Amino acid sequence: MGRGNFMALALMLLGVAGMPFLTSGSYALTVGIFAGINALVAIGLCILMGSAGQVSLGQAGFYGIGAYVSSVLSIKFGLPVALSMIAAMAVASFAAVLLAVPALRLKGHYLAVATLGFGEIINVLLNEWGPGGPSGFGDIPHLTLFGYTLSSTTANFYFIWICVAAVIIFSLNILNSRTGRSLRAIHGSETASIAMGLDIVALKMKVFILSAVYASFAGALYAHYVTFISPSSFNLFYSVLALMMVVLGGITNVWGGVAGAIIITILPELLRKFEEFDVLVYGLILTLSLLFLRKGIVPLLIEKAVRLKGGSGARA
Amino acid sequence: MLELNGISKEFGGVRALSNVSFTVKAGSVSALIGPNGAGKSTLLNAISGIDPPDQGEVVFAGERVNGLSPMTIARRGLSRTFQHLELFGDMTVLENVIVGRNARTKAGFLASGLRLPFALREERESRKTSEEILDYIKLSHHRDDLASNLPIGEQRVLEIGRALATEPKLLLLDEPAAGLNMRETRDLGELIKRIRTEKGITIILVEHDMDLVMSISDAITVLNFGEVIARGTPLEIQKNPLVIAAYLGDEEA
Ligand SMILES: Nc1ncnc2c1ncn2[C@@H]1O[C@H](COP(=O)(O)OP(=O)(O)OP(=O)(O)O)[C@@H](O)[C@H]1O
Ligand SMILES: [Mg+2]
Repeated sequence: MGRGNFMALALMLLGVAGMPFLTSGSYALTVGIFAGINALVAIGLCILMGSAGQVSLGQAGFYGIGAYVSSVLSIKFGLPVALSMIAAMAVASFAAVLLAVPALRLKGHYLAVATLGFGEIINVLLNEWGPGGPSGFGDIPHLTLFGYTLSSTTANFYFIWICVAAVIIFSLNILNSRTGRSLRAIHGSETASIAMGLDIVALKMKVFILSAVYASFAGALYAHYVTFISPSSFNLFYSVLALMMVVLGGITNVWGGVAGAIIITILPELLRKFEEFDVLVYGLILTLSLLFLRKGIVPLLIEKAVRLKGGSGARA
Repeated sequence: MLELNGISKEFGGVRALSNVSFTVKAGSVSALIGPNGAGKSTLLNAISGIDPPDQGEVVFAGERVNGLSPMTIARRGLSRTFQHLELFGDMTVLENVIVGRNARTKAGFLASGLRLPFALREERESRKTSEEILDYIKLSHHRDDLASNLPIGEQRVLEIGRALATEPKLLLLDEPAAGLNMRETRDLGELIKRIRTEKGITIILVEHDMDLVMSISDAITVLNFGEVIARGTPLEIQKNPLVIAAYLGDEEA
């Protein structure tokens, strides 16, 4: 996995372990939970954009499918939550395949618009067919694992960040393997990749599915934590937010997704003191950081670190 | 090993290949020569499936392969290098070769993500084989350098190494000596001979360097304006008046 990744992971877990003791009340932990949920979506989008060179403005669609399918299955059909979550991820994968078949022929702006359309269609469906329509529904059960129900904020906080850690490890394993090399090879030369026997279409498709699985997993975790959902949490605004996290954090490194998610989730909370100007300051900060941190925060930090050490060959 | 029957290819009215037919014997080094624009690269693209022919038949190892994807053709044992280098520039020398192992390995998202034992074993074997290939092509000292940082001569050799990693039966080399100095060209000639004799790989060589072509080829095919104008041993080709005319015409132009 590499020393850098190992240290980052250790640091993250240390922070997570200490959070409940460093903060008072459940407010900070709740924000921390949302940061973790967003991180899952952002990591998937990060791999999709940074490694496979695709773009998606429709992650809210998968996020919504995860939340709705898992909630409905557990309420209406009485499925154990763990099972309904897995089923929700399967449904999201299927949706990803349906979307990817036409979308992967498109590039750049066209792909962005196609995925945006997908997200909007899902949102319309949730509004029309989802229980409670636009106002949503509640009484969604918490996740129960090995007889223990995750109802307290602290338990959810720990569980969700353990999931984030697992997803980071899983993703890093993929990126440092045959699959990750193939993705980088496609970036380097499509012609040579094909000549070396790589199945470019299948690879792009699978990355798409991977991002959908992460986003739907996040959606399901969200639903079973807040226990009340409505379509407005899964609209275009969320897709744009996810894109912001990834671009701000840096698309070339999964840690960029994590960092971006944490920043974008926490920032509005920190800006509360600006009262009615908070949205303005928020927008200003984002615009300035995108202007001055082109590559994203994490890749820039790595560059700095490498230069300090005087090395050159370091990779994440 | 390879049989071409009536291969034709047009680019918007320009006949890049017309009715090209010849066979390549297993275990031989066959050169494909001809003036600039004769259609040599176009023919390699047609054989490897990168840019399939309009007409004609490519029979590789006893089976018709035109119409198959380049990926499938590669997995059947056909590999190649490119006239305009197509290395994975942001990847290390070793990684470039390991990508060549892709055609022979399986681990997917789940197996790699979960580090399943078979994926780890496969990864170890890929690395080992690729390191052996780097030894074979004498690039081990550049193992962890970025491919784009190598001098052009070594980049060309690296492309051959990457192609070898796919375990080909037939290897297509498109101007491997372009941009090489005399010593590098001689080493390249030795490498090609070793690949043929030690690994038993059949080779089709597109090349402008006549000393190299004449010294390592068993058979030579000459293309001019997309047509085969001569075929024979190096000695026969050197004396062929049609070939001499084609090359002289090329120099006057
Ligand atoms: N993709 C393409 N589109 C249009 N014309 C092409 C294309 N590829 C090749 N051609 C044309 O086909 C003819 C043969 O080109 P090709 O590259 O096969 O020649 P070559 O024998 O490899 O030449 P060189 O020795 O310069 O590499 C040329 O006239 C070239 O302009
Ligand atoms: Mg050529």
